[in-house]
Amino acid sequence: MKNLEEVIGLYTLRLCAFLVVLAIFVILYDILVQGMPAISWEFLTSYPREGMTKGGIWPAVVGTVYVTLITAICSIPLGVGAAIYLSEYAREGWTTRVIRSSIRNLAGVPSIVYGLFGVALFVEGLRFGTSVLSAGLTLGLLTLPWIIATAEEALKSVPQTYREASYALGATKWQTIRSQVLPSAFPGILTGTILGISRAAGETAPILFTGAAFYLPHLPSSPFDQFMALPYHLFNLSTQHHDIEGVRHLAYGTAMVLIGLVLAMNLVAILIRYRLRKQKRN
Amino acid sequence: MFSKERFVQYLFFVCALMTVVILGGIFIMLLYKTLKFFELVGLGEFFLERIWKPSAYSKPTYGVLAMLVSTLMVTVGAMVIAIPVGIGAAAYLSEVASPHVREWLKPLVELLAGVPSVAIGFLGIVLVGPFLAKVFHLSSGINALNGSILLAIMALPTIISVSEDAFSSVPLSYREASCALGATKWQTIVWVTLPAALPGILVAVMLGIGRAVGETMTVLMATGNAKAMPHSFFDSVATMTAVIASEIGEVDYGSEHYYGLFAVGCLLFLISLLVNLLADYFNSKMRRYA
Repeated sequence: MKNLEEVIGLYTLRLCAFLVVLAIFVILYDILVQGMPAISWEFLTSYPREGMTKGGIWPAVVGTVYVTLITAICSIPLGVGAAIYLSEYAREGWTTRVIRSSIRNLAGVPSIVYGLFGVALFVEGLRFGTSVLSAGLTLGLLTLPWIIATAEEALKSVPQTYREASYALGATKWQTIRSQVLPSAFPGILTGTILGISRAAGETAPILFTGAAFYLPHLPSSPFDQFMALPYHLFNLSTQHHDIEGVRHLAYGTAMVLIGLVLAMNLVAILIRYRLRKQKRN
Repeated sequence: MFSKERFVQYLFFVCALMTVVILGGIFIMLLYKTLKFFELVGLGEFFLERIWKPSAYSKPTYGVLAMLVSTLMVTVGAMVIAIPVGIGAAAYLSEVASPHVREWLKPLVELLAGVPSVAIGFLGIVLVGPFLAKVFHLSSGINALNGSILLAIMALPTIISVSEDAFSSVPLSYREASCALGATKWQTIVWVTLPAALPGILVAVMLGIGRAVGETMTVLMATGNAKAMPHSFFDSVATMTAVIASEIGEVDYGSEHYYGLFAVGCLLFLISLLVNLLADYFNSKMRRYA
């Protein structure tokens, strides 16, 4: 009897893990099989034509890259700076607790609320309008807690002996951080940053009303222009288009490019971390 | 003298302080617009009126109840699926799987976390929807159940990785003691490791709930967006996030409707804050092993 319970119990756990793997494979398989036929050089590099029933996704690709760059520029320096403070300077106390608690809560704020904040602050308050800049800044705020958390972890994993050795040689705190701590934490920070930015690239809700456009016949020429984005394009093709069934293959193609882009960034990050761990073990 | 060392330190401090400013900024902005809304529309109407019908010709109504119930319903449905599966998978990863399997599975789960929500919503339309319609003989599979399944998939990576951390942080000696008393592996997991990891698992559940409550695109695409009080999981529903996302593009700046959507956002923010504070609380209970 005991034996039966044991077997059933452990197999239930296996089943749970299997269900998760199954979900991942169904998602990737369906997108790959249905999306692959739509992908061609022309699909990637041409504009949507004839009311988005034909043609490609070029402006959406460019728009996503553009907005992601702005996100990176505004969130990485701020995030890494905050992480350096928390890891190297902060003393346990009231202020530090408030900062840490804010970061955890920011990470839990729904993305649509960031979207509302982006509308109120960047679009209306600072009068950036619906633009790449507004959307990029909104996504930057969303990514910030993630970057801080992973960068702090990377900084904390730098052995204390590195710092002590540097101080012993007469280096100041900032010199130590700049020439010892940051270089050895760099791969870890890079991993976290890529993961954070890849999430931002796939987000839709925060850019819905801060700058993404349904269709544009041209690429954004300044940060104050509207832009097309891959995730928003997929949303439009699958729910807002006048001929949803007719453009399904385009939607699958867009989904494949989007997932491919995001997962490729993820994979790079995971590989960097994997090599890092191996190095540390040796 | 204001030295370079001091300057750098203050610079980093300001970076860190920005997080507090941003969180405070979000809250103050939402509160300000919500108060404006309550000047125009009564507090009673917001919480007692069931239906959100801002474009009604004769008399628009701004009731949050139906969408609040929809959000809770879809979230509960998602958790019914994701909590057992997620904890089970985490227990498998931490307690049963060989190191080799673990090394493969963990990045795979991380990949799932990386799939954009709009892509999951898309699969809800083309894959889960038709599947549900077939199995339950419905005319359309775009309903609350569809949303729950998708949200479960989206919450799984969070629940798995945080619970797995909780399982692995239980000291090995606990398991050894249990085995020494003659308990089997399964008995050890259920009666020793699981209870010891419980606070951490509750953190995982809270974060999963937070993820599901705040998710926008999947529910916007896969639950049908019908602004009525839902009666079953086969009804089409519109959650709080979906209502904001589908309407804010069309409202006039400064109208009742405009402020109303921020009021919905404020409520959403407060719910997620509460969920996070609960996660924090359970987290503080977990620290004794560290």
